[in-house]
Amino acid sequence: MNIEGKKLIWKDYQKEIAEDDFFYARSCVRQSFFPGSETTFLRILRDELGKNIAEHPFHTTCTGIAYHSDIVPFETTMTVVARQFALMTEAGYQNYVPSCITSFGVYVEILDTWHHFPEIEKKIRGYLKEATGKEFEKPRNLVHSSDLIYKFRKEIAEKGKFRLVNRFTGEPIRVVEHIGCHYAKMFPSKGVGGAEYPHVLIGMIEDWGGEVVDYPERRHCCGFGFRQYVVKANRGYSIACSRKKFESMKPYKPEAILTNCPGCPFFFDRWQYALSEMEGVTYGEDGQGIPVLTYEELAGLILGYNPWDLGLQTHQVPVEPLLDKMGIPYDPEKKFLGLHGEYLGKPEEPGVLKFCH
Amino acid sequence: MGRLYDLLSQDVRFKEGLKACINCGTCTAICPAAEFYLYDPRTLANILQSRDEEQIETLLKSDFIWYCGECMSCKTRCPRGNAPGLLISAVRSLSQDLGYFTESEKGRQQLAIKRSIGEWILNYGYCLYPEEITTHDHPEQGPVWEWITANLKAVLGRFEANYQEEGPGIFRKIPQDSLDEIKRIFDVTGGTERFEKLEEFSRKKAGEMGMEFSPGQESEYYLHVYNTNNNQHCKDEH
Repeated sequence: MNIEGKKLIWKDYQKEIAEDDFFYARSCVRQSFFPGSETTFLRILRDELGKNIAEHPFHTTCTGIAYHSDIVPFETTMTVVARQFALMTEAGYQNYVPSCITSFGVYVEILDTWHHFPEIEKKIRGYLKEATGKEFEKPRNLVHSSDLIYKFRKEIAEKGKFRLVNRFTGEPIRVVEHIGCHYAKMFPSKGVGGAEYPHVLIGMIEDWGGEVVDYPERRHCCGFGFRQYVVKANRGYSIACSRKKFESMKPYKPEAILTNCPGCPFFFDRWQYALSEMEGVTYGEDGQGIPVLTYEELAGLILGYNPWDLGLQTHQVPVEPLLDKMGIPYDPEKKFLGLHGEYLGKPEEPGVLKFCH
Repeated sequence: MGRLYDLLSQDVRFKEGLKACINCGTCTAICPAAEFYLYDPRTLANILQSRDEEQIETLLKSDFIWYCGECMSCKTRCPRGNAPGLLISAVRSLSQDLGYFTESEKGRQQLAIKRSIGEWILNYGYCLYPEEITTHDHPEQGPVWEWITANLKAVLGRFEANYQEEGPGIFRKIPQDSLDEIKRIFDVTGGTERFEKLEEFSRKKAGEMGMEFSPGQESEYYLHVYNTNNNQHCKDEH
């Protein structure tokens, strides 16, 4: 098959990703549970890649978790999102980059709705004007922040100091990739590679030296389920989904899990801890868990950033076994230091899951 | 056509989510909720396209419509381009507008979501706020979260956070002007009316159930809807 033919076949799975000048919107979940990741993302874009990326102090939640828990009407969410677009417009940008996958899905759904129902867009413009006096332009380019790391993955590899290779054996490190459901399941054409063959994380893993693990429940949801996690009485749904995935991937002996949604790594990290406490089960080697990483954290490790500057100490499942395999140096004495280098004490040791101090 | 079907048809997500369903069951095969709960998106689509008012009313008052996790896996696989996950959003909206949500255990939980996520949006400008996430309500968070929240400013500060301060950055303080804009958006778009209905219908149900009802997260009714599981929702419980 010639290259032109391949391009034609895969054209629906390609995605335009702008080159520069981005407007960044933070994620409620990523800020809460992986606070080092957004800082790392901006550091990579600005300092390593020389890109212009702005954020606005007045932007808020998109209401995504509330929308998908159905406590807010669609019109409310659309108008809050319209306000975010107005902030982008006022700041002089056209390329919108949300950190959150739920937000990305919400934005895509809204733009698609407005495309098919222009009368709704008109109504929302009216609501926004009435509530805030603001007007807006729609983004010229809307991508998720993982799309940018994917786009520039080869540059990151070239600048990299470490690779996803086991320094003891020389073998590629086996990595499970998990794509957030709302990245492409609703609108496959909006994700790199679509919903069936999403390439956004595969590209990073392979170009950084690792091996992608295929396993039966690869595309199953992490189990967030919005109201299925938010309400305590429903959390059996959430942990059951994650457990199904862990059991499915375990025979393939993954050495790390890489994610692009901010929620999924939280659930994979915390539910491994909960399952170890509830059932005495661990899914990594020798009583350890499987380290779970955001794509920003992995990019930062490849680039040689200090693991504690990336926020790896905020994970419940220790990441040190992966650092050891990759040959990344770290100082255990500095793991639990605060802003000014003060020792903050260390967390209590879990009952089952091996912990690293 | 009947009244409830007409109301659902006004929701754009209902229009987008349902062409003629051919009952192939592909959505159910892929659905995480169908594997865990007594749930079946094929049945949902089939009841809705039947336009049977009695069945739709029963649906709107049932636990069934609250089982979906809105992962939208169904949307990817439906050979007709239907999206049961979008239909769920439409039926849940109508169930809340009509006050039917308080007729089921899972539906009554909407009050707990409004009083957490909903109020954090209006109070802070965020869907989540670290100080509100405790290991009492979230034991799965584990000891590292205990350590983080006990040292929040020092830990977040290490990542150049701007915690509760003005300007950009992680967990910056959202200015009051911006929070006021969000509140006005809620006022003009039906968000405030939805919250008021969730409170009012829940207060009424608490009275019927003989439970104490007051604002916040400590009342008897709030704790009941947040914590109660009658263990009759899953396949292995039947």
